[in-house]
Amino acid sequence: MFEIKDLHVNISEVEKKIISGINLKINPGEVHAIMGPNGSGKSTLSYTLSGKEGYEIEKGDIELDGESILDDEPDERAAKGIFLAFQYPIEIPGVGNLSFIRTALNSQRKFNGKDELNPAEFLKILREKADFLNVDMEMLKRPLNVGFSGGEKKRNEILQMALLEPRFCILDETDSGLDVDAMKQVSKGVNFLRSENRSFLIITHYQRLLNYIKPDFVHIMAKGKIIKTGGPELALEVENQGYTHLLN
Amino acid sequence: MSELKLEAKQGIDQQTINSVKSLGESYKYGFTTDIDMEYAPKGLSEEIVKLISKKNDEPDWMLNWRLEAYKRWVKMDEPNWPMLNYKGIDYNDQYYYAKPKSLEKKPKSLDEVEPALLETYAKLGIPLKEQEFLAGVIGAENNMDTKPKKVAVDAVFDSVSVGTTFKDELEKLGIIFCSISEAIKLYPDLVKKYIGTVVPRTDNYFATLNSAVFSDGSFVYIPEGVKCPMELSTYFRINAENTGQFERTLIIADKKSYVSYLEGCTAPMRDTHQLHAAVVELVVLDEASIKYSTVQNWYPGDENGKGGIYNFVTKRADCRGVNSKVMWTQIETGSAVTWKYPSCILRGDNSQGEFYSVAIANNYQQADTGTKMIHLGKGTRSRIVSKGISAGKAQNTYRGLVNIHPKAANSRNFTQCDSLLIGNKCGAHTVPYIENKNNSSRTEHEATTSKIDDDQLFYCLQRGINEEDAVALIINGFCKEVLQALPMEFALEAQKLVAISLEGSVG
Ligand SMILES: Nc1ncnc2c1ncn2[C@@H]1O[C@H](COP(=O)(O)OP(=O)(O)O)[C@@H](O)[C@H]1O
Ligand SMILES: [Mg+2]
Repeated sequence: MFEIKDLHVNISEVEKKIISGINLKINPGEVHAIMGPNGSGKSTLSYTLSGKEGYEIEKGDIELDGESILDDEPDERAAKGIFLAFQYPIEIPGVGNLSFIRTALNSQRKFNGKDELNPAEFLKILREKADFLNVDMEMLKRPLNVGFSGGEKKRNEILQMALLEPRFCILDETDSGLDVDAMKQVSKGVNFLRSENRSFLIITHYQRLLNYIKPDFVHIMAKGKIIKTGGPELALEVENQGYTHLLN
Repeated sequence: MSELKLEAKQGIDQQTINSVKSLGESYKYGFTTDIDMEYAPKGLSEEIVKLISKKNDEPDWMLNWRLEAYKRWVKMDEPNWPMLNYKGIDYNDQYYYAKPKSLEKKPKSLDEVEPALLETYAKLGIPLKEQEFLAGVIGAENNMDTKPKKVAVDAVFDSVSVGTTFKDELEKLGIIFCSISEAIKLYPDLVKKYIGTVVPRTDNYFATLNSAVFSDGSFVYIPEGVKCPMELSTYFRINAENTGQFERTLIIADKKSYVSYLEGCTAPMRDTHQLHAAVVELVVLDEASIKYSTVQNWYPGDENGKGGIYNFVTKRADCRGVNSKVMWTQIETGSAVTWKYPSCILRGDNSQGEFYSVAIANNYQQADTGTKMIHLGKGTRSRIVSKGISAGKAQNTYRGLVNIHPKAANSRNFTQCDSLLIGNKCGAHTVPYIENKNNSSRTEHEATTSKIDDDQLFYCLQRGINEEDAVALIINGFCKEVLQALPMEFALEAQKLVAISLEGSVG
């Protein structure tokens, strides 16, 4: 179980409070969606959960199975099963996509006391998942995210998620900038990964993604707070009426 | 920037610095070999030059060649134009010749080599036995070629060569691979014809010094039409204290021949600086090509700048023949001070020169390195790819000259210089000199300076890769183009070396 308790976060660089008291409980198997206007702190929340430097936790706690992960470095959190699909996946020149994913997978396996996969074993698993997600070998040989189209970058995030098999997946606006076909592919990947012991936090701007990925709960976030929680119907309400009526 | 912001930024920089901390701490080759040595008396004089020549049992022409260089050298001044700051070298307070006593007579086979020496090379991972290497392959999943490969080795210990492997097999093809001291005796005509014709005795302070006192080094001759079937390599090891190493390498690729050659260098950790002044001459005839790779890992000194090798090297290739080609690749991770500009004289029409370099400078290391491409022939091409990485308080300078002479019609140069800075106390400098005197010829220069990006680092961490590995990954990516230019057998070794150079405590 993943739990956020009365979380308050400042961005150190600008000494600005961005998150002002968020509570959220996510049980295994659940899919939670967070919607909210630009600048409400959704990405800040995702970075804070994954442990990025520069996000100062003023108050509150983040717990995985009842244990605080605040002292864990980002790589430790990742190995414990927290995965963030980035809103803007980062390009790393000269680092092959495939080598990168293998390094990541083996680092996590090592952390969890499992044997590292040799290239052949890795390639077999990779092929399977890449096929399913329509990622071709050519894309895997290119440098990580360099020159990838928006859709390729997002599919590559989902591919990494499929290989790393995290327990808690955060998707930060994975749908933005995607056409309908690309969005369907991404959703197919996510739905395939849904299982009773894996949970999702899906940050999105638009309701349409939630037509493909059915959430159990929808939260509306504004000015660093969750201002309303409901079921899928809440997303439709936002779609039809916008946020303004909720903000007052 | 607000104070808090500044602090956060510095904190991040500091972490990165820590994670790439101290080449010195992680220097894996810093051990010393305890062994009986024979030294020439300390200091430099005509007598010492004569003594070195005598020790090598040289003919008179060689001795006279040395003496002329010496006479010239005493009148020369040390260059002061590089962007280097080091204590003056006392040329009379070091040894110019040091030789393991057991090598008084050159061993005929491995069985005759002193065990302590064999152990040294075993520890360094250098095969003195004629064995096949399992090729190290970057990104094994992309390339399943792991066929064992042969690598011939010449091992130079302080002033002398310990032995050369695969000689017989190479001889069958007419290839000569031996120490230069042997070559002077066995192939005097070849040596006489080519030595000093690429780097003249009068060339520069350190080359002239080398011409007077060089003690050993490697000699390679590839006959016409022969493609050398294995990598040739020389490993230089400085062991003795207060001793300079002055080796000289001469490689001749006759018409339509090919050879790939690699040199590696290591030295023990010592508090005092030691001088290494080498000369490498490459002669490339019609349609021939030489690929020359260096993995330079001399002791860089500790994190306070104490000790380390002063590395002053003159390397030059003369592409005399039409369509000849030279490719220099260097991975420079060691030495306290590096002064080195592997160059190409593109004399033959349509000849080509390439220079791929990674120079890493950490702590108080200083590197002033680059290349010279001298375009003399028509249709000559050169390509320069330089990657400089600076960390700690290090200074890293790329100094390059591209010179296109009036007769070098339709020639091209492309230069790419990228610098990566880690932390804010180091420096990167790019000093390109471009002289194009022919209207039909073109030069292109691109330069970038970047820092290890926090977002890149976080992306790696978020995938479960620890900080140290993440930094190594990003840096290896930065150097990829150069690492790929190395022979397959050494690419993995070099990739690891880059990682080790940047290994250290995290955060
Ligand atoms: N590194 C940063 N420096 C300064 N302000 C930031 C930084 N990151 C986010 N912010 C500010 O924090 C607020 C929330 O941003 P963000 O979490 O990206 O919102 P969302 O993802 O909901 O659009 C915005 O006002 C944004 O300008
Ligand atoms: Mg956002």
